[in-house]
Amino acid sequence: MISVARFDQAKRPTYVASLELVPEVLAGSRLAIARMISRAEGNYAEASAALAEIYKHTGKAHIIGITGVPGAGKSTLVASLIKALTLEGHKVGVVAVDPSSPFSGGAILGDRVRMNDAAEANQAFVRSMATRGHLGGLAPSTLQAVDVLDAAGYSPIIIETVGVGQDEVEIVTAAHTVVVLSAPGLGDDIQAIKAGILEIADIHVVSKADKPEAAATVAAIKGMLALGSGTSHSTWSSPVLAVSSVSGEHMESLQTTLRNHWKHLQDSGEFAARERNNCRTRIFNMARHLFQQQFDAGANDLEQHLQAVVRRESDPRTAANVLLGWNQER
Amino acid sequence: MSTNKIRVLVAKLGLDGHDRGAKVVSRILRDAGMEVIYTGLYKTPTQVVNAAIQEDVDVIGVSLLSGSHVPLFRELCKCLRDHKAEHIFVVAGGVIPEQDYEPLRECGVDVIIPQEARADLIVTTITELVEARGRI
Ligand code: B12
Ligand SMILES: Nc1nc2c(ncn2[C@@H]2O[C@H](COP(=O)(O)OP(=O)(O)O)[C@@H](O)[C@H]2O)c(=O)[nH]1
Ligand SMILES: [Mg+2]
Repeated sequence: MISVARFDQAKRPTYVASLELVPEVLAGSRLAIARMISRAEGNYAEASAALAEIYKHTGKAHIIGITGVPGAGKSTLVASLIKALTLEGHKVGVVAVDPSSPFSGGAILGDRVRMNDAAEANQAFVRSMATRGHLGGLAPSTLQAVDVLDAAGYSPIIIETVGVGQDEVEIVTAAHTVVVLSAPGLGDDIQAIKAGILEIADIHVVSKADKPEAAATVAAIKGMLALGSGTSHSTWSSPVLAVSSVSGEHMESLQTTLRNHWKHLQDSGEFAARERNNCRTRIFNMARHLFQQQFDAGANDLEQHLQAVVRRESDPRTAANVLLGWNQER
Repeated sequence: MSTNKIRVLVAKLGLDGHDRGAKVVSRILRDAGMEVIYTGLYKTPTQVVNAAIQEDVDVIGVSLLSGSHVPLFRELCKCLRDHKAEHIFVVAGGVIPEQDYEPLRECGVDVIIPQEARADLIVTTITELVEARGRI
């Protein structure tokens, strides 16, 4: 029998109420920020008043979304941006999303491996999040984590989405500036892969510009953009940049472009429209979430209603009404 | 309804390139439903503690096969105290001879997993540790 050596069994810190953590979050305490994000993520009812309070202090940060297929170089690019932006004096926040295993519900969150050194040397705040079953490229509480960082004074805040395919474009209504990253050498595949996510880019970046194939990929994306429908109402035309996180090539032009886009949003009035749109999406998503919660609360009776529906003694709509706790038919 | 996953930072400290164990343990914990953040190789105790705080992990699991575990764990635990993060459990694994258990306990390591321990023992040990502490 192998025995584990256990020593300190007495670690029981007291639970600090979330509302008491709010001033510490606003003052920038990393322990408090991290704890508040966990409580949002864990969906603690006790934390909702605190998160509402925190929300009042948000709206200051430039939120940048970075998306692209797995292996495109997103995490490495974020690491380079952390270094470059902190040198400019910014307090950079990062929320990096990786998928949860559909089998165990667990996750290995690997983005941090690439960002560790940049984060630790530069006082940035990097938080890894698992999708916990959520589709769309983000985790259910990604935006609440962004809120906490925003209220604590971080800006810009970079969201790294999971590696996306065609239609995981939730980042569009989460960020102010969306960077779509493409790896060189995808050739004709780019057509298929990009169909869904090409349109969402405010800035196109071809990664790994140190590789010779990068120029062809830049040309391919420019070609596709030229075929674009031109329905966009924006006066911003999305540039295509080639950047290397390894050699540092063109990192500066990416920084300049990020700044320019932010300025464009303010000057053109598009910022207000974007904020409205993003907030609307958040309300809808939250409503769906609360709905689901209410439904789950009634789910103990699910089996009984299920049987009735299968036997045609009830119907799906009536059962759903009852499970939601609605007495009258809607 | 509140649901939180057990979060574990799997860390490699110092000049120790043996990463197979750390990767195997990460998979074991993932398959048991935990969220695992892997630091990568050659980290300093300060880097590990900073990452653990930002990620709000319940446990730092350190895999050490280099033989330098006593000084490295001493520094790691001191760093946790300095950052007021002693609520994070420290679990040690890898090649750790039994005569070093006592010095490790003294510096603040909570659990030592012997090299032959099977996956289910690793999982139940960590789960019980976190559950006994409760929600924070
Ligand atoms: C494979 C191996 C290597 C490979 C490593 C490949 C890699 N990328 O990992 C290579 C060949 C590169 C290597 C190199 C060296 N090695 Co070597 N190596 C081993 C060997 C044979 C097996 C280690 C292994 O991978 N096991 C398989 C994994 C899955 O098992 P594990 O790591 O023990 O992990 C399990 C448990 O321990 C536990 N666990 C481990 N960590 C954690 C953490 C937590 C939180 C938990 C919960 C559980 C847990 O769970 C795991 C799964 O069950 C060991 C011998 C041994 N007895 O361990 C020597 C050994 C570790 N190596 C040793 C040495 C000396 C070296 C070298 C210095 C040799 C040299 N002179 O060049 C170099 C150093 C390299 C470096 N940069 O650090 C010594 C270390 C001596 C010491 N500590 O006092 C050992 C013990 C061999 C010996 N008996 O002398 N090595
Ligand atoms: N040559 C080169 N390789 C890179 C560059 N950026 C990332 N990579 C490599 O591409 C792989 C995937 O990078 P990663 O950042 O993890 O991609 P992600 O999955 O999109 O987050 C890694 O092996 C990186 O080292 C770059 O600028 N140049
Ligand atoms: Mg990544």
